[in-house]
Amino acid sequence: MKKTLPLIIAGLLAVLPLIGLSSYWMHILILVIMWSVIGMAWNLLGGYCGQVSFGHAAFFGVGAYTAGILYNKLGISAWWGLPLSIFIVTIFALVIGYICLRLKGPFFALGTLAMGVILRVMAENLTTITEGDLGIMIRERTWIGKTWYFYIILILAALAFFLVKKVIESKLGYYFVAIREDQDAAESLGINTTLYKTIALSLSAVITGLAGAFYTNYMGYIDPKIVFALHDISIVTIMVVMVGGVATYWGPFVGAVIMVFLAEIIRTIPKLGAAHHTFFGILLIVIIIFLPNGIVGDLPKLKKLFGIRRAS
Amino acid sequence: MAMLEVKGVSRFFGGLAALTDVTFDVQKGDILGLIGPNGAGKTTMFNVVNGFYSPSLGEVYFNQKKISGLKPHQICKMGIARTFQVVKPLQRMSVLDNVIASAFLRVKSRAQAEEIAIETIKFTGLYDDREVISKGLPLGKRKKLEIARALATQPEMILLDESFAGLNPSELDDSIGIIRRIKERGITIMIIEHHMKVIMAISDRIVVLSYGQKLAEGTPREIGNNPLVVEAYLGEAESA
Repeated sequence: MKKTLPLIIAGLLAVLPLIGLSSYWMHILILVIMWSVIGMAWNLLGGYCGQVSFGHAAFFGVGAYTAGILYNKLGISAWWGLPLSIFIVTIFALVIGYICLRLKGPFFALGTLAMGVILRVMAENLTTITEGDLGIMIRERTWIGKTWYFYIILILAALAFFLVKKVIESKLGYYFVAIREDQDAAESLGINTTLYKTIALSLSAVITGLAGAFYTNYMGYIDPKIVFALHDISIVTIMVVMVGGVATYWGPFVGAVIMVFLAEIIRTIPKLGAAHHTFFGILLIVIIIFLPNGIVGDLPKLKKLFGIRRAS
Repeated sequence: MAMLEVKGVSRFFGGLAALTDVTFDVQKGDILGLIGPNGAGKTTMFNVVNGFYSPSLGEVYFNQKKISGLKPHQICKMGIARTFQVVKPLQRMSVLDNVIASAFLRVKSRAQAEEIAIETIKFTGLYDDREVISKGLPLGKRKKLEIARALATQPEMILLDESFAGLNPSELDDSIGIIRRIKERGITIMIIEHHMKVIMAISDRIVVLSYGQKLAEGTPREIGNNPLVVEAYLGEAESA
């Protein structure tokens, strides 16, 4: 059962477009799956390797702009941004890693936060490459409907899921967790902590960058404030994983479902809609106090809670 | 043959000399006890050998190769493993996973790593606790886990930092047994210990540090009869 669960869920998701969902619902589904991909990427670095990044928008943005610039400057289909972003994002990850990975704990978090902001400012000002605040518009959409976009992100999510699973069950995974639990102990057990942290960061960055490149193709428009956003990308990435469950396989998916639906619901509340970050903040506080391991991580706790309610 | 050579090692922290010109050898297959009053520089010595600190002056050689200045993971790969005085288990991992993580140093596949790990935890008597999350282990078992993790890296030499502190008498006998069996496997041991009875019983040679300097070196009997040592260390302990 446990082994077939990912296949069952992937299968269920794959037949969803066939039941004739409205365009709006397809959009929501695509967002949910895109956020699970970003969440899985962050989880690899933050959840398993313990390096909490506040700057994943940097990688998302670089991936998105790789696709956008390819289209805008070279006139090539923005879909080539997906394979190319793997290389570009890896280079950025190595540079950012070189600077930030010598920092530990909260200092690493602040370093990555700064990197995200620096890249946003760069994208705003290097107007000859990025068009600055005007942003990049993909004028010819590949498909009118959303079905194919859905399948592409679903395939990406499935690949990310199995990559993360493979990595975590291998030597790499053990080393990542060892680094998370105690960097000094890991180092003295013969683990080259700098090397393995760089691997974790690069893998995480590449998956996030792929989601970014997909975003450009899907949304058809990017600008620095959208794809390098601190609140709407970097922080939401962390929330997806925190709410769903840190260092669990399904946490990012559960978190993405909750966060995307929550954002949509709050948006429809008159007047309060603009304050969705406030609600996210409150949710995060509640999660940290009552479910520090997230919904998937604290599932036994949740089951117990509802069990007791049913009994009384 | 000297396996580990510490040559004129000094280590300064700002104006404080934690170690001053310390020289000694550890012979292959021996158990070397490192003793001295609190703050004598024993753990600093371990940190220098293990690579957490590089010596301010002097050099450390392992199997005739210079290791001072290398990173801890490089030194571990060359065959020196260590345990910590303040135990550092990978808390949210099970006992077995802790040991598997360190067994991966010499092998690639999970199956091989697990094989080494299971053999190691049987050796240290932790097999029955293999599924326990290490955060929940009592101190005695956590100290054993430290030793198991160090052993799983398949070292030639192992540094044990107070692996007996805080153990009850039966755990103590147990751990002494483990250390004797480690020696029987041909692994060289350097051990820091406050328990005089233990150190006198198991050590082949003893080095005494006091205020960062080497005070004496010799067999347990020589050390026990050395008036300097008795005055600086044992004498002090008796009058206290």
